[in-house]
Amino acid sequence: MKPAPFDYVRPDTLAEVCALLAGDEDARVIAGGQTLVPMLAMRLARPAKLIDILRLPELAGIREEAGRVIVGATTRQAKAERDPVIGASVPMLARVLPWVGHPPTRNRGTVGGSIANADPSAEIPLVAVTLGADILLATTDGPTSMPADDFFIGPMLTTIGQGECVSAIRFPVWPHQRIGVGFFEISARRSDFAFVAAAAQVALDDAGRCLEVALGVGGVGDRPLRLDVSSLVGTELDATSVAAAVNAAAGELDATSDLHASAAYRRRVASVLCIRALEQARVDASAKSRKGAR
Amino acid sequence: MKVDLRINGANHSADIEPRKTLLDALRENFLLNGTHAGCEHGVCGACTVLVDGEPVRSCLMFAVQADGYEITTIEGLAPAPGELSVIQDAFCETHGLQCGYCTPGMILSAHALLQHTVTPTRDDIVEAISGNICRCTGYGQIIEAVEFAAARLRIANTPRPHHGGPHGRAEGKPIVEAK
Repeated sequence: MKPAPFDYVRPDTLAEVCALLAGDEDARVIAGGQTLVPMLAMRLARPAKLIDILRLPELAGIREEAGRVIVGATTRQAKAERDPVIGASVPMLARVLPWVGHPPTRNRGTVGGSIANADPSAEIPLVAVTLGADILLATTDGPTSMPADDFFIGPMLTTIGQGECVSAIRFPVWPHQRIGVGFFEISARRSDFAFVAAAAQVALDDAGRCLEVALGVGGVGDRPLRLDVSSLVGTELDATSVAAAVNAAAGELDATSDLHASAAYRRRVASVLCIRALEQARVDASAKSRKGAR
Repeated sequence: MKVDLRINGANHSADIEPRKTLLDALRENFLLNGTHAGCEHGVCGACTVLVDGEPVRSCLMFAVQADGYEITTIEGLAPAPGELSVIQDAFCETHGLQCGYCTPGMILSAHALLQHTVTPTRDDIVEAISGNICRCTGYGQIIEAVEFAAARLRIANTPRPHHGGPHGRAEGKPIVEAK
């Protein structure tokens, strides 16, 4: 047995989970365990208690309400990948999920687990920040929420406090008819950690002009970042405008330098992938019918 | 901790420490040594088993988390003692294995894929086994084995579930009749 000993509990309610977490600073939540169990096996983490939330009915499921899609924290990545609501209303999430790990890890790994783990190169946190999602939290004082941009504060670091547990992620749904998404990432091998990832979503009007745009990069710095390319609204997302907007927004990114890639490489690749992602999103949106439903 | 597991259609009980992975429990408590221990931290895929029909890494799951699921190991695939499943047989015929260490994981991943479609594209097969590392074959003959097994299953005329499943093919390709 590789992990250090721990107690295992599987509470029946979310309130119990929060109470257990509040009462024991050495307790950790486990859901899919696809990142936590390797850390336990290598003894990089040695929690005294594991609180299993995977089967809590309160945390499962995907629903659309009031123009937003709420994805329960323990929704398996494999399930989200094929969910029709996510495919139709949060296409960026559907696009990136095949890049998260491998099929066997997506069968166990959860959407909320990836958020709580806050790996700077992870795709799901990138989508949450880029689209401006809210992270819903269960706490001992009841439910609360926080914008994704405020939730991630560093590598594997979030603002989550003791006694709190991610309960769901609330993604905004754009009201427009013609929406397209683009995504690119560079890694050593498919499904390895991305050195750089870029995700874009655009909405076009009937004439092909940009109504709304969201662009984000992951893997570049110590957390996913949304880039301000609002100057593209009103343009036809032509190559010149896109290059100018991306270079203005991504030129000075605070990038990490490590064994795999230098900061200069990450900045250069980020600009290139942002331009490609915006172009892919524009082409995707252009292919959508001008009148019909998405 | 007392754990009740359902493995290859049979109920088992054992007293298992919480930190024991499903992999170690299968091998040590239930003597199902077909599930191979490779890296033991989720990288190599040698320990792949099916949980409710979908491939997962048994080294990334504790045995105490596995109650209530249908667990299938490589021992659960053969139709009868001494026989091989269509996929196992295809791996033999196309030389889809050399040392055999990755083979149970490869076959279970392929089994799950072919439960959802028997008309997989080469890309579908590559994706399905992308979490399984093989250091001998170079993968070419493994892909060939899965294609060969799919072809045999297409003409076998046996009913198979083709629901999208939690891990169904994104394109939802239907199973076609034998040509």
